[in-house]
Amino acid sequence: MKRREFLEKSLAVTLPALIAGYSVKAFNENSPLVKAFIENGTNTDHVLVIVQLSGGNDGLNMVIPISTHNLYNAARSNIAISQNKILTLNGYTNTGLHPSMTGLQRMYNDTKLKVIQAVGYPQPNFSHFRATDIWMSASNSTQEVYTGWAGRYLNYEYPNFPNGYPNSSMTDPLAIQIGSTASLTTQGPTVNMAMSITSATSFYQLINGTDDPVPATKAGKELSYIRNVAKQTQQYAGSITTAAAKVTAQNPYPTNNSLADQLKIVARLVKGGLKTRVYMVSFGGFDTHSLQTTATDTTVGNHATLLGKVSDAVKAFQDDLVYLGIEDRVVGMTFSEFGRRIKSNSSVGTDHGAAAPMFVFGKAVQGGVLGDNPTIPAVASVNDNIPMQYDFRSIYSTLLEKWFCLPKETVQGLFPQNINGQLQDLPLIKGGVCNSSVPNPSGKSLISNYPNPFTNKTTIAFTTEGGHTLIQIMDSTGRLIANLLEKDYPVGATIPQTITFDASHLANGMYYARLQNGATQQVRSMLKVR
Amino acid sequence: MNKGVIIPGRTVQKIEPVNFLSPSRTLSGLNPYAGPFSTNEIIHLLKRTMFGAKKSDVDYFTSRSLNQVVNELLSPTAPDPGPPVKEYITTTQPGSKPDDNVIRGTTWVNDFNGDGSVQSQRRASYKKWWTGVLINQNRSIREKMIFLWTDHFGNEASDIGNANWVYQQHNLVRQHYLGNFKQMVRSMTIDYAMLRYLNGYLNTAVAPDENYGRELQELFTVGKGSGSQYTEQDVKEAAKVLTGWRLNGTTYQSFFDTTKHSTGNKQFSSFYNNTVITGRTGATAGDLELNDLLNMIFAKNEVAKFIVRKFYRWFVYYEIDAATEANVISPLADIFRNNNFEIKPVLSALFKSEHFFDVLNQGCIIKTPADLVIGSMRELNVAMPASSDWDTSYGHWNTLYSFMVNMGLNLHDPPNVAGMPAYYQEPLFHEIWITADSLPKRNQFTDLMTNTGYTRNSFKMQFDFVAYAKMLPNPGNPNDLIDDTLKYTYRISLSPQVKQQVKTQLLLSNQQYDYYWTNAWAAYIASPTTANFTIINTRLKDLFRYLMDLSEYQLS
Repeated sequence: MKRREFLEKSLAVTLPALIAGYSVKAFNENSPLVKAFIENGTNTDHVLVIVQLSGGNDGLNMVIPISTHNLYNAARSNIAISQNKILTLNGYTNTGLHPSMTGLQRMYNDTKLKVIQAVGYPQPNFSHFRATDIWMSASNSTQEVYTGWAGRYLNYEYPNFPNGYPNSSMTDPLAIQIGSTASLTTQGPTVNMAMSITSATSFYQLINGTDDPVPATKAGKELSYIRNVAKQTQQYAGSITTAAAKVTAQNPYPTNNSLADQLKIVARLVKGGLKTRVYMVSFGGFDTHSLQTTATDTTVGNHATLLGKVSDAVKAFQDDLVYLGIEDRVVGMTFSEFGRRIKSNSSVGTDHGAAAPMFVFGKAVQGGVLGDNPTIPAVASVNDNIPMQYDFRSIYSTLLEKWFCLPKETVQGLFPQNINGQLQDLPLIKGGVCNSSVPNPSGKSLISNYPNPFTNKTTIAFTTEGGHTLIQIMDSTGRLIANLLEKDYPVGATIPQTITFDASHLANGMYYARLQNGATQQVRSMLKVR
Repeated sequence: MNKGVIIPGRTVQKIEPVNFLSPSRTLSGLNPYAGPFSTNEIIHLLKRTMFGAKKSDVDYFTSRSLNQVVNELLSPTAPDPGPPVKEYITTTQPGSKPDDNVIRGTTWVNDFNGDGSVQSQRRASYKKWWTGVLINQNRSIREKMIFLWTDHFGNEASDIGNANWVYQQHNLVRQHYLGNFKQMVRSMTIDYAMLRYLNGYLNTAVAPDENYGRELQELFTVGKGSGSQYTEQDVKEAAKVLTGWRLNGTTYQSFFDTTKHSTGNKQFSSFYNNTVITGRTGATAGDLELNDLLNMIFAKNEVAKFIVRKFYRWFVYYEIDAATEANVISPLADIFRNNNFEIKPVLSALFKSEHFFDVLNQGCIIKTPADLVIGSMRELNVAMPASSDWDTSYGHWNTLYSFMVNMGLNLHDPPNVAGMPAYYQEPLFHEIWITADSLPKRNQFTDLMTNTGYTRNSFKMQFDFVAYAKMLPNPGNPNDLIDDTLKYTYRISLSPQVKQQVKTQLLLSNQQYDYYWTNAWAAYIASPTTANFTIINTRLKDLFRYLMDLSEYQLS
């Protein structure tokens, strides 16, 4: 059989089956084409750090209205921060920060902090547990979804995980949760995409046991699950400890601050070279029904301590990213399952509420405050909640598109269908971060295209080291459409080239350009629209 | 290529792992189990209702019928354990109240001391003590039920702060664990620690605090399943009913303060048939309105279903499909309601049912850290210090308690009021116990207890496999030794090939013939010298270390 003939046959047969979700192991996982599809993650080295503030953070005492301070003060006089204590923001006089958040004030003034006002969703739920599930799954209020938004994203980028992983282009955990439990945020359709760790430097050696076949019972299901965790732990412990060992010095972090401890591990692993895309950290204690502040001084007390720790930890983390030289690669966001009521209670606290501000932070962030101060009624009653200004899914979708560089159509597929039309493009991330050349998993980007998405034509840029060079175009079912280029270049110097892909006669949809040059290959996804 | 995930719509869609075999479904229900009641079934029952199935317990029940065994498990007769003692050395800070009233080795539970560092030591003392109670449990379901209910009510000792209050709450559960559920909820509502933990003591007419009013419904009674449709209004009105309960900081008793009570009528939603709870005044107002509130809530069929589902997830498996809901949950909920929320009849019906003994429901529970730690200690019959030696005992209990904390279980200190995520967090449930962080720690525990154990005051606590092997019927035969070990301590056995391999490599040190082991065992029995002991002990350690590190060991 001629080589081309073989390729066409295997494409026609193998790839659709693979894409339908079957195990890669059913096919020849060493086949370069199968590998090409396993290794088809979007080419980015960006990292997202998700900071969960659990308990329901009182956003109104974190991001405090100045222009409507009289209303704010009237609604919660026993816990209100007086106007002269509020930390001001450069160039923005309407709003300020809680006095304990000096670190975040600095970051705001350095345009490394975006404040998004009143983030929520229609029909807010006031149960900690349902609300947390909604935020983590990105479901609608009335819908129960058992996968997480980041889990679905990672499943898109790394289909079939954990089958076929780690592999040459994804050697590391897809996501890391600092802590010992698993979070719904990173739950994929079949497995949780995150590995939970509490230390980056010590892993206990698991045995390499002989695995008997698994019975087709519930017990068998659980046995498979445990073995899978064991296997992943063994597979990834090495890459994590190796990454951690590469980093011997970090900028100082505050002590007695568990969030800082967690973020310190994150910075170390990112610097150490892990290709992990998503990190989850969490910090609890925000359920401030009572004694949110002290009775005598509203700027101190439990909530002030918590916010101070958040601010100190995030600032130290950002400073460390600068020190480690990886500031360009990391963006973080905070969320809490809900905000709290506008009106305080007489236990010097606040009950479960609705919308609340979110922070997005990092060098790539467009600074500023998005949205207006929350609407506060002149006479706030116990039931009054802050009306939502932004749907939290718009923050997620914007980060996926503008930070993780996914095509908009792909992003929409990761959210409930009914809100696809409502997802907003928010000004969270600076322009251009997805166009810049970023190193690919094996060190450099070998193939890219512009524009992408495109209408009829797109220009493919590729780099060959010389010798036999092949660019194949495949459609979304895996069928080979054309060999766009096949020629021999002089061996030696790295040669950048461009070639135009004219798809005007083809249907709209996803296409793949696969570059093969010597032993290396890379696949680029291209989306034809309109 | 559509790699994107289509999110299921309104209908709740359970996502099954595609790379795992789909677990088999069963249609069995509550008909009395009529199959064989042999060692396997006894072990299944004991592992689910106690912490580990100790061989002496299995032997004890072997001559009895299923009905006798279940009845006995559900009728604990042993006296309650004595209270925790002061085993710590006081580190009271200058200026605070010293802990001098209590002599070391005597109990602190009747001494009231508000000092923070003293209370921190007492909380630790309480948790060590509880670990000891679990280790020394008698042949009944008692300790598993106390563990279950403490989780159900989800209080965090570290948040409550004062260990005396925490211990009072523990005793409240110890009083009601197999009694009447409605009565337990009532007592818990005005329990000192609970009023403290969920702000009930701050809930007053002028400033209603919704915290308890919400969790009473969402977590303790009707739940948040599809059959529960209480509204935000119901949360607020329930909070008003519960206004006025206060704490006496001198006597550590809760009391009702008429002046703080909301005396107006409380209007509930259509979910509760638009019930109006009449506002009352006077000293009995709090009690009477609380009765009305619980009567209203417990009139919802969903209460019994919610609690029965919880039992199911503790004792059978976490997935509840439509067949299980119809064949098991609904009829058990009927039993619960028909018996006015008495707990025992429900458990009795479940444990005697063909569903419980269905082979498809065996071996599928992932051990909690307590089942792993306490269960291993009990099944391997590990010798513990004499109970009179409280200093050594508490030190050892502390070691075991700390292992459980590292594996994600902190007794009476769940992550939040919902309790342990393994019993509510979709879709993982029990699987949450096993992560890349916790699984190695489980192996670390069994390895440490195999290799070196833990020594305090010259008392070494360690797995003793020679003593364990001696309990087995035929330890001189390496095949029987492995078979019997698997029979008593595993729910999924190993294939003949793996058993052969394990025997040859670990028990026989790669020798070809079984008599190598048989002779070594016989030599030790005939002459238990150190040399003879070491020969068999080394090999047994290798064998058990390997077996306990297998994923199969995590199942119960």
